[in-house]
Amino acid sequence: MMDILLLSNSLHTYLVIAALLFGIGIYGLVQRQNFIGMLISAELILSGASLNFMAFNHFLAPDPTVGQIFTLFIMAIAAAEVAIALSIIIAVYRNYKSIDTEDVTDLQG
Amino acid sequence: MISLFTAEGLSGLLFLGFIGLTLAGALIATNARSLIRSVAGLALCFLGIAGFYYYLNSPFVALMQILIYVGGVCVTIIFAVMLAGSSEVNKVSRHNVLVGPLAFLVSGLLVWGLAGLALKTEWHSSIFYVENWGTVANLGQSLLTTYSMSFELISVVLLVAVVGSLVLARQGRDK
Repeated sequence: MMDILLLSNSLHTYLVIAALLFGIGIYGLVQRQNFIGMLISAELILSGASLNFMAFNHFLAPDPTVGQIFTLFIMAIAAAEVAIALSIIIAVYRNYKSIDTEDVTDLQG
Repeated sequence: MISLFTAEGLSGLLFLGFIGLTLAGALIATNARSLIRSVAGLALCFLGIAGFYYYLNSPFVALMQILIYVGGVCVTIIFAVMLAGSSEVNKVSRHNVLVGPLAFLVSGLLVWGLAGLALKTEWHSSIFYVENWGTVANLGQSLLTTYSMSFELISVVLLVAVVGSLVLARQGRDK
C-alpha cells in the first residue's frame, strides 16, 4: 500500500491526473453549448498534455530541459490559439448576435 | 508511513491540496452554468497545475504557467465573455437529452483507458540522469542553441496570430 503523502514522487500520479484532465476536457467539449465553453475545455485538454510532458521529462528523460521547452512551446501555441479563437468568436457574435453552437447553422436549412 | 509533521509530510499534504484544486477547478470549468464561473474554475485549475510543475522541479515553467495562463489567457477569455457572452443561466438546453450521459461515458472510457495504460506499463527511467540539469540557465542555453530554430518559428507564429486576430476582429466594425 502506497503512502498517500508520498504521491508526488511517483510518475503514475501525474499520469493519472493528466488523464483525468484530458477526460474532463473531452466531456466539456462534447457537452458545452457555446463556443467560449468549448474553448475553455480545449484549454483543459492542452494542460493535460503539458502535464504529461512535464512528468515524463522529470522522471524518465535523460535531458530534463526538453520537456520544459516543449511545455513552453505548448503555452505559446495555446496563447496564439486563444487569440485567434476569441477573435473568431467575436466576429461570429457580430454576425449572429449569439455564441450558441446551435444558432450558427446557416447551411442546415 | 511518514509523519504529517515533517517536511515531507507537509509537502505531501500540499500536493494533495494541489490535486484537489486542479480537479475541482476543471470540474467547475466544465460544469458551471455561467461562463464567468467557468473561467474562474479554469484559473483555479491552472494554479493547481502550476503547483504540479513546481513539484516536478521546474519553477520557471510554473511561473510561466501562472503568468501566461492565469494572467493572460483567463483575462482574455473574461474580456471575450464581457463582449459576447450571453447569459446561459436560465436558458433551456436545446441539446438532445442523451448528450450529457454519452459525453460522460466517452470521457470515462478515455480516462479509464489512459489511466490503465499509465498504471500497467513498466516505465524505465534513464540511466544517465544528472541531478543539476534542467535549471533555468540550461533552459535558456538550449533555447538559444539547440532549439533556436523552433524559438524563431514560434515567434513568427505568435506574430501571425496577433495580426490575424486583429484582422478577424476588425471585420464589420465600421458598420
